[in-house]
Amino acid sequence: MQYQLKINGESRTVDVEPGTPLLWVLRDELELTGTKFGCGVAYCGACTVHVDGYPTRSCQTFVEDAVDSEITTIEGATDKVAKAVQAAWQEKDVVQCGWCQSGQIMSAIGLLTENPNPTDEEIKDYMYGNACRCVTYVRINEAIKLASEKLEA
Amino acid sequence: MNISVSRRGFLKGSAAGATALFVGVNAKGVLAAGSSAAANTDLNPFVKIDADGVVTVIIKHFEMGQGTTTGLTTLVAEEIDANWDSVKTDFAPADDVRYKNLFFGAQGTGGSTSIANSFMQYREAGAAARDLLVRAAAQSWGVDASTISVENGVISSGGNSGHFGEFVAIAATLDAVEKPTIKTPDQFKLIGNEKLHRKDNHGKTTGTAIFAMDVNLPGMIYAAIMHSPKFGGTVVSFDDSAAKDVGGFIAAQVLPNKAGVVAFGKNTWSAFQARDALSVEWDFSVAETRSTDALIAAHQALLDEKPEFEIGHEITTENVAPLIEGASKTIEADFTFPYLAHASMESLNCTIEPTDFGVRVHDGCQFPTITRPTVAAILGLKPEQVEIKTLYAGGSFGRRANPTADYNAEAAMAFAVSGKKVPVKLVWSREDDMKGGYYRAMSAHRAKIGLDADGKIVGWDHRLAIKSIMKGTSFEGMMVRDGVDATSVEGVSESLYAIPNQAIGLTDFHNPVPVLWWRSVGHTHTAYAMETLMDMVAAESGQDPIELRLSMLDAAQPNQARMIEAIKHVREISGWKEGDKRGFACHFSFNTCVAVVADVSVDDTSVHINKLFMAVECGVAVNPDVIRAQMEGGAGYGLTAILRNQITLTDGEVDQYNFPDYELLRNPEMPEVEVAIVPSNGAPTGVGEPGLPPTGPAVANAIFAQTGTRILDLPMTKAGFDFV
Repeated sequence: MQYQLKINGESRTVDVEPGTPLLWVLRDELELTGTKFGCGVAYCGACTVHVDGYPTRSCQTFVEDAVDSEITTIEGATDKVAKAVQAAWQEKDVVQCGWCQSGQIMSAIGLLTENPNPTDEEIKDYMYGNACRCVTYVRINEAIKLASEKLEA
Repeated sequence: MNISVSRRGFLKGSAAGATALFVGVNAKGVLAAGSSAAANTDLNPFVKIDADGVVTVIIKHFEMGQGTTTGLTTLVAEEIDANWDSVKTDFAPADDVRYKNLFFGAQGTGGSTSIANSFMQYREAGAAARDLLVRAAAQSWGVDASTISVENGVISSGGNSGHFGEFVAIAATLDAVEKPTIKTPDQFKLIGNEKLHRKDNHGKTTGTAIFAMDVNLPGMIYAAIMHSPKFGGTVVSFDDSAAKDVGGFIAAQVLPNKAGVVAFGKNTWSAFQARDALSVEWDFSVAETRSTDALIAAHQALLDEKPEFEIGHEITTENVAPLIEGASKTIEADFTFPYLAHASMESLNCTIEPTDFGVRVHDGCQFPTITRPTVAAILGLKPEQVEIKTLYAGGSFGRRANPTADYNAEAAMAFAVSGKKVPVKLVWSREDDMKGGYYRAMSAHRAKIGLDADGKIVGWDHRLAIKSIMKGTSFEGMMVRDGVDATSVEGVSESLYAIPNQAIGLTDFHNPVPVLWWRSVGHTHTAYAMETLMDMVAAESGQDPIELRLSMLDAAQPNQARMIEAIKHVREISGWKEGDKRGFACHFSFNTCVAVVADVSVDDTSVHINKLFMAVECGVAVNPDVIRAQMEGGAGYGLTAILRNQITLTDGEVDQYNFPDYELLRNPEMPEVEVAIVPSNGAPTGVGEPGLPPTGPAVANAIFAQTGTRILDLPMTKAGFDFV
């Protein structure tokens, strides 16, 4: 079945079965592979994208439920907050294997968009849902602080 | 090392027609990868310098996050005096001759060896490239080479200057020196530099880094496999009538080895859905059908018997027994350790693509030396007809390095039954990955230690029961001696401590559950047992845990001296005091010494880890910040395991499905980590794994210090603790 999606500011048409998770539409049909598959059950956050500006698990978002929304993936994360978060991630050398990091970054952008100056506890709480098997959390939290400071300055 | 130089471009993607300088090792007539006519003379390089001056370092290892891409690039860039920001990286093709791990003798990554084995090789390649460019510049300017200096990618002499690319055409006509002069440590600008950023930073923060699962090829179909729910089961028959109702389903076939049924779909989702809709009848006649409690009991029962192997020949469990019986005090401890899944964030996957010469394997390939012949054999090809395209791996922790290359073999079988016409991408779901075996082995330890009236150790009987990783694999010849798989006992058998009268007995466990190395291999359990026992000795003899360790290390022995330094550093940064209520542990693994102090708070049965202090002695620190990151990550990976992770079986079937029942450490649970790197000019040693082994027992010893409870059965949740 054909669906028209708005992804990263562009209109894209895909032909997939109803009930296909947005994750696999992005990865397999549109070759937007920056969004990652981690668990498939909305428990690890690797597949996080923004749907109408909110961090959302694309593995549990059906394609038909996404047609009227603005979808932003890591490839389209180019606003001021996104740039600050990515720069902070690079400055703090957060990444190791990197598989979870698109999702971590999309969540961090969501956090700083909502709350430009989060406390340590607010960062930890907000980022709880994004698992990192390499355990880069210490640096993730430092990078979010840094991005927040840069954005506030 | 034999350095040679060539202007022939083997690497795909080098600009056609433009001259580039390649520096690598000469195979002396041994066939290179690929099947082109030029294969005999082509060079698989370590360094490529293009006419535009861009330096590309060819990474012979794979990158699973451990930082090797950054490390090998540092070594070359240091010696060639390149501009760090303009150095690029590329993964090497399969080539067991030129790209072998010098410690393994074949191409592969593991055992925390990437920097250690490459340290001189990549530096010499960089130095040879620099020497060629300098001589080419001298020739071009008509000046003496001694007047030339190189800095930040720019070559200059008097009023002349130019970037590397301006001299590659001439340099490629010169002969490389056989033994280039490398820098002395005081000349290092990049090695040891705190400010170098990781080379994979940009790609991994913008979604542009390509991992194996990100491969999309024209006409590609997707595969998912229904595996036997019990280890060792085989397919009798299957019914795909329900799968035919799944949109995008293409076909289903039994794998040639009968270990599963593969479903093909037009995308990953349809392959998963179709696979889930298959109905399969299995033969479990040789499968594991026991449950976890029975398996633990079966391991412990082996400890009641005379050990199958004695590691020390002079001191045996038999002749140490009277020493322990005659001791003033004895310590006894039984430990059990569960199966553990690696659970990399990128589940296992592999894509196989037909090519004119054979196939191309797209993989986060950890052991090209195993993957290539395995895939070739299944597809009836010669190994040289199998090209390996190594891509970023979303974690591995040992799982992608398998003597059976299991998931590569599955991809090859899926490709074979698909008809071999189109690319096939095999993707494991998280549940496949969790239930797929090749776990850290279950094991049981039993120790009896005798102390004299002064609290000195007079005898130590240490027995283990565990399934061998190596036996029955192609690694057996290398890793098994006198029947003993070194990875079963490492960490007990190679303890740095001067333990008088230590007997070590090993009995192999046998069952169909496949086991594999898991970040730090045998040290995952041996360090926990040894360092808990050392803490028990300290407590029983009324000694400070750190002083006890120091009293059992000899500063005249190089590795023991390194450990003493690590211990002293962690004592200093943690401000450890006599009667400290924190936990201490240290362990030597992968030639590296790590000492840890764990600061925890315990409220009844709720444990919070406040902070970890770690000191590491790993020789010269090539990338200090990567070392710190590996200590943080190794500690965190170990914490998750000791706190709550276990793979359990009920009637042979794995109970866990996905992350909700194999809960990874979460952001708020990770403590602050302070890492001290002991200054050293020694050869670099491993860092990917050694942070893990001492972290668990340091936490356990801290819990004992605060509660008086020894936790000997892992995970700790079995003792009623939870972690907040």
